[in-house]
Amino acid sequence: MDIEVLEGVFDANEKIARENEELFRSRGVLAVNLMASPGAGKTSLVIRTLELLRGKLRIGVIEGDIASSVDAEKVKSQGVPVVQINTGGVCHLDAAMIRQALDHLDLAALDLVIIENVGNLVCPAEFKLGEGLRAMILSVPEGHDKPLKYPLMFSDSQVLVVNKTDLLGMGDFDMDELRSTVLRMNPRVAIFEVSCRTGEGLQDWADWLEERARENLKGVDEGST
Amino acid sequence: MHELGVTESIAGIVLRHARMNGAKRVLKVNIKLGELTGIVDHYVAFYWDMVTKDTVAEGAELNFIKVPTMARCARCEEDFHIQEYDLTCPRCGEIASDIVSGREFLVESIEIE
Ligand SMILES: Nc1nc2c(ncn2[C@@H]2O[C@H](COP(=O)(O)OP(=O)(O)O)[C@@H](O)[C@H]2O)c(=O)[nH]1
Ligand SMILES: [Mg+2]
Ligand SMILES: [Zn+2]
Repeated sequence: MDIEVLEGVFDANEKIARENEELFRSRGVLAVNLMASPGAGKTSLVIRTLELLRGKLRIGVIEGDIASSVDAEKVKSQGVPVVQINTGGVCHLDAAMIRQALDHLDLAALDLVIIENVGNLVCPAEFKLGEGLRAMILSVPEGHDKPLKYPLMFSDSQVLVVNKTDLLGMGDFDMDELRSTVLRMNPRVAIFEVSCRTGEGLQDWADWLEERARENLKGVDEGST
Repeated sequence: MHELGVTESIAGIVLRHARMNGAKRVLKVNIKLGELTGIVDHYVAFYWDMVTKDTVAEGAELNFIKVPTMARCARCEEDFHIQEYDLTCPRCGEIASDIVSGREFLVESIEIE
């Protein structure tokens, strides 16, 4: 006997993701899911962004890590609310983990929540968290050919931050090639070239992110009147 | 990389529907898998036996139906198969297409007795 099922393997996660999304929306918080390989500069970008947006937006951070809390400690020293999630070996964050983390964040007191996902270019792309913005980092040493190897994340992100531009010229990273590959896959993606080491390019990124957060707030105000 | 968790989700879905339909045994599971997902089917198959051991789904065949990544051009509405993840429309050259399939990952049906 044939039984029709038609159930998505990620349905359970997506249901919770939608609830998280609603929670963020109702509190006027823009949630950013920040994804990248290990070592691409996620924690560095979070810290730089906190420095640049200090006094402009109220920011909280969720740090996903397989085991340690090193990144969370670094971010905490910036004086912002930080919640650490240890995935216990799991290669990505999922919506239920975010839901639990949200019990420890006062969303009403925040405008922006940055979620540092587990370092991995494959798995995080499959698991929606309820974010309003999907962001990813590619760092120069990883090479400009990564988009074709890890297409889902590059296709689905709304913004790509190319980090470690201070290392351009040391290898064969071709920025024009990267841009054209990514824009062919994802024509609407915003691309920023930055160096978290020298600070180059970061102001443009921070301004752009601030504007996204303000648009989000405006959306909430209009929705409630 | 997360194929174990994914296989557990599939088993959960399959076993729930098997129970609802009073299945004695699940013979086959038809799974739609989009090309754009990062899921590697033979890893899922590898975990399947382990995850379904001592259940009514033990020994069930996994049948993966691959779904190609397709896009539709926003300008001329041409549908085309994306190769090398290039969204450039082969008919008019516009790069403004939307991906319309390739992200699927669902249990479509099961065969039970
Ligand atoms: N040269 C260079 N190194 C960087 C840059 N940004 C981060 N790094 C270094 O890259 C390493 C990994 O950074 P981290 O932020 O911890 O990456 P994460 O694993 O993605 O969170 C650290 O040693 C950073 O100092 C950059 O712009 N240029
Ligand atoms: Mg980190
Ligand atoms: Zn066209």
